[in-house]
Amino acid sequence: MTRTDWTPRSRSAIAARVAEDIPEGWYVNLGIGVPTLVADRVPEGREVIFHAENGILGIGPAPDPAAVERWLVNAGKQHVTLLPGGCYFHHADSFGMIRGRHLDLCVLGAYEVSAAGDLANWARSVGDTAPAVGGAMDLAIGAQRVWIAMEHVTRKGAPRLVERCSYPLTSPGCVKRIYTDLAVIDVTPRGFEVRDMVPGLTLAALQDMTDAPLALAVAPDALRMG
Amino acid sequence: MIDKFVPSIAEALEGIPDGATLLLGGFGAVGQANLLIEGLLETGLGNLTVVANNAGYGTVGLARLLREGRVRKLICSYPRIAGSTIFEELYAAGRIELELVPQGTLAERMRAAGAGIPAFYTPTGAGTELARGKEICDFDGRPHVLEHALHGDAALIEAWEADRWGNLTYRMAGRNFNPVCAAAASRTIAQTQHVRELGSLDPEAVATPGIFVDRIVHIPYGDPQD
Repeated sequence: MTRTDWTPRSRSAIAARVAEDIPEGWYVNLGIGVPTLVADRVPEGREVIFHAENGILGIGPAPDPAAVERWLVNAGKQHVTLLPGGCYFHHADSFGMIRGRHLDLCVLGAYEVSAAGDLANWARSVGDTAPAVGGAMDLAIGAQRVWIAMEHVTRKGAPRLVERCSYPLTSPGCVKRIYTDLAVIDVTPRGFEVRDMVPGLTLAALQDMTDAPLALAVAPDALRMG
Repeated sequence: MIDKFVPSIAEALEGIPDGATLLLGGFGAVGQANLLIEGLLETGLGNLTVVANNAGYGTVGLARLLREGRVRKLICSYPRIAGSTIFEELYAAGRIELELVPQGTLAERMRAAGAGIPAFYTPTGAGTELARGKEICDFDGRPHVLEHALHGDAALIEAWEADRWGNLTYRMAGRNFNPVCAAAASRTIAQTQHVRELGSLDPEAVATPGIFVDRIVHIPYGDPQD
């Protein structure tokens, strides 16, 4: 088996795969990186309301470069737009929404996720040159569901799905599902369970790139299985 | 007649003691009271503890205050400066103390201070490095971290509109931490883009009631720059 037997999903395709699973009516917060791309991939006609930590509900598409509103940024400090029906509020209310479990979903990036759903996405070591946490810990404990969108392995090929995280934790036991460039994997009380894989990939090959046992989900998304 | 407007930045800042704890509104470049913060340089104040979400933006406002060595300690969730390494250099050289706080905990600690709540339990950060040494208590079978209110000697905020009673509105994402800081300090000083006659602000649109505001300076700073 060689890598040429399958094609990894692009960053945009990972985002589209996440977006497909978000039902109409959910309130959703998107982290920086691949998660941010999810907003643009929600199927036409499906209403999903996006939240930003800095006090916005109802974020719309990226602005026309000629008509940027400089007072309207998202949590990643990128300029955004507000949909009709959108609104503003202050930071304490915004994090009240998060901590108070009002968000249906948060999609975050990660360095590592463990088989118990532990999330490491804020620091590579305790002694980081300039440690920064932002809202990651609040989102991890507060959203009804935490999904992760990330590459399956690091640039050096090391697994990001692990038995135990080596980086400092953002929150223990918070991740429910992981979307990678190779597969969609649920975190269950039994460990990692594969819901789908890119065409041509086998469970054995995926296991080789994963540092914790994988099982097929009881009801995998059968039509997607390569 | 009550009139909280003062004609100069120097008068607005009068009475802030050396070594004060300052709460700064703003998120990224949006809603920062840059000219009030830079006014601190003229006062000669130093040994400051600064509470802010970021470590400044570009080379203005807080970034300048840091560069001039006026800040002893930063209490912050995301201490990075876009397009600058001022904070990283100070931190690496051991010339500034950092208390890293999750963003929602930062907002809630100030909210608590403004609302007369001395401390509270939050699920954010439980089981992570940022809870190290803090009191933990289980509620509903879930661990929570004891966090204390964060009160300021002064808050420096930016408003969109102000009247002479100190009622304030904000523009779009410029609201962010500003109303939270306004309520949490012994004296709250606002720079405002626009001055409105008493009675001309829509009472339904006032986001910070004047009870939280002590002094106002009219500074038509213009759009946030990045």
